[in-house]
Amino acid sequence: MIRIFNLTFLLFLFLITKANSLIEIDITRGNLDPLPIAVSPLFQDDNSKKNSINELKVENIGSEISSVVENNLKTSGLFNPLSKEAFLQKPDIAHLKPRFEDWALIKAQALITGKVTIENKKLKVEFRLWDILAGREMMALAFTTVPSNWRRVGHIISDKVYERLTGEKGYFDTRIIYVSEEGPKTARVKKLAIMDQDGFNTKYLTLGNELVLTPRFNPTSQMVTYLSYFKNLPRVYLLDIETGTQEVVGDFPGMTFAPRFSPDGKKIIMSFAKDGNSDIYTMDLENRIVERITNHPSIDTSPSYSPDNKFITFNSDRSGFQQIYVMKSDGSNVKRISFGKGLYGTPVWSPRGDLIAFTKLHKGKFYIGVMRTDGSGERLLTENYYQEAPSWSPNGRVLIFYRETKSNDKGEGFSAKLWSIDLTGYNERQVQTETDASDPSWSSLLSN
Amino acid sequence: MNFSKSFRNIFLVILLSLIVSACATKKTTTKVEGQMQGDIYTGTDTVKYLADGVPDRVFFATNESILTTKSRDTLRKQANWLRENSSINVVVEGHADERGTREYNLALGERRANAAKDYLITYGISADRISVISYGKERPVDSGSNPLSWSKNRRSVTVKAN
Repeated sequence: MIRIFNLTFLLFLFLITKANSLIEIDITRGNLDPLPIAVSPLFQDDNSKKNSINELKVENIGSEISSVVENNLKTSGLFNPLSKEAFLQKPDIAHLKPRFEDWALIKAQALITGKVTIENKKLKVEFRLWDILAGREMMALAFTTVPSNWRRVGHIISDKVYERLTGEKGYFDTRIIYVSEEGPKTARVKKLAIMDQDGFNTKYLTLGNELVLTPRFNPTSQMVTYLSYFKNLPRVYLLDIETGTQEVVGDFPGMTFAPRFSPDGKKIIMSFAKDGNSDIYTMDLENRIVERITNHPSIDTSPSYSPDNKFITFNSDRSGFQQIYVMKSDGSNVKRISFGKGLYGTPVWSPRGDLIAFTKLHKGKFYIGVMRTDGSGERLLTENYYQEAPSWSPNGRVLIFYRETKSNDKGEGFSAKLWSIDLTGYNERQVQTETDASDPSWSSLLSN
Repeated sequence: MNFSKSFRNIFLVILLSLIVSACATKKTTTKVEGQMQGDIYTGTDTVKYLADGVPDRVFFATNESILTTKSRDTLRKQANWLRENSSINVVVEGHADERGTREYNLALGERRANAAKDYLITYGISADRISVISYGKERPVDSGSNPLSWSKNRRSVTVKAN
C-alpha cells in the first residue's frame, strides 16, 4: 500500500577523529545551558542547484537540510543553534577549513559544515563537525541516497552530531505512529497515522471507517500492532507498513487489546477480556502459540516487556485500584511496585531497562512520571488536566505522550495533542501534527 | 408517549433549576444534584428506550461495575421485555468516562457490560442472546468535561442486535 522504507542508504565513513575534544554534553540532568552550535548551510554549486529544482522543486536543498538539523538539535533542548545572520564565513570555505576565531567570536562551541551535490538522480551529502574551542575536526561523514530522501539525511546528521557530543545514540531518524482524531467528541473519527519524528511526511494508514486505537511499533521491523474495531469486533491487529498487509492476531472469542511487541519483536503481548475479566496473554508470531500469562479475576492490562525480555510490567486493579506491577515473563513472582497516592496506569519499560514510565491520576490531575523498576525513586515529570500513554524515544531520554484539554458543557474547547518531555522533566514541547492526535508510539532508529 | 415523558422530565429539570436559581445560591452546580446520587447519574432525560417503558441504559459509579438498585430495576424491565420478545438478541455496550487511561477503560467497559449481561442472565435470558462490546471511553454521549457529563457516560447500553 504505502512504501515508505524502501530506500537504502549508502553510508561512507570518511573518518572519525578520536579527538580529545573540549566540548561534551551531560544529558543526565536538565540542560539549562544548551550548547551554542553553528549550523552552516550545506554548500551547493550552481549545477546541483539546477538539478535540485528539477528533482525536488527546491532551490537550495543544502540550506533545507541544515534547517532539519538545526530544528532537531534545538528541540532536543541540548543545543542552541546560533543565528545564521551572524556567520562570517561562507559555507564552502568553512567546510574546507573553518576560521575558528570567527566562529569563536559569535560564541559557537561547535560547527557543522557540509556540501551537497545532486547528480544523476543521486543526492550526495558530506558533513563535518568541528570543535571550535579545540580548533579541530571531530567527525566527517558522507551519504549517498535518492534525492527525495533529503530529510532523512538531515535526521541522520543530527543523530551523528548528537551521538558524538553526548556519547549516546540519537533519536532523530525515527518515526511516530499515532492515532489521528477528527470530529466531535461524541463521534470522533480515528485513523492510524505515521510521521517523521519532527512532524513531517504524515501519512494516513487507515481511512477512518472503523475505530482504531493504541498503535505500537515493533522495535525490530516495520510492523505495527494496534486495536481495530473492524466489523465491530475489537481485536488486536498486525500491520506491515511496508506492504499494507493486515491480519488479526490470534483467534480469541472476545476483545483483545493493549498490544505491544516484545523487545525482540517475536511476540505480541496483550490483554484478552472475557466475561468481565481481562488477563494478559502472549502470542508467538512465528509458531502462533498463545500463552496465558496472568490468571486473576481483576483487570490485568497495559503489559510491557523489559528490554531483556525477562520481566513484564503491567497494570492491574487486583488491590482494588489501578496500580503497577512487575512479574517474570512467565507470569510468576508478581509484585506491586506503585505505592504512591493515587491511581497508576500505562506502565512502559524504558529501552535502557532502568526505568518504568507511567500515567498517574491523583486528585483530579494527570501526571506523566518515571520510577525505578522496583518502584523506588518515583519522579513526576509533568502535571496536567488530562494526559497519558507515554512512549520512550529509542535512546530512553525523551517521552512522547498525549494530552487532552477540558471541554465546556457544550463539548467545545476539546483537543488532543502530542507532547514530548525530557526524562529530566525539562524541555516540554508540543509535537506538531496535522490533526488532533493521541496514542503516540516511537519507532526505533531507522538507520545506524 | 416516550416523547411526552422525556419532555416532562426536561420540564421538571428546568423547573428545578429555576427554583434553585431563584434561591440565589452562589453555586449554580447545585442544580445537577437532582440528577446524581453520589456520582451515579439517576436522570432519565437522555435515556433512549429499548422499548416502550424499558430504558436502554444503566449507570455506574467511578471505576465501579456494581449495579445500583435503580440499575437492577432497569435491567429487570429489560429482561421482562426480552422474555416477551424472544426473537430479539441484544448487544450490551460497556462505556467509561474520559477520566481514565484508555486501556484500563476498555477493560472497565467490558466489566460493566458483563455486569449487566450477568444480571439479564439471572433473570432468565439465555446467554447466547446477549453479546457484549466495550467501547471504553471512545463513545461518550455527553461531551462535557464535568461530573454530570462523566456520570452519564459511565454506562452500559442494551441495544437490539437484529
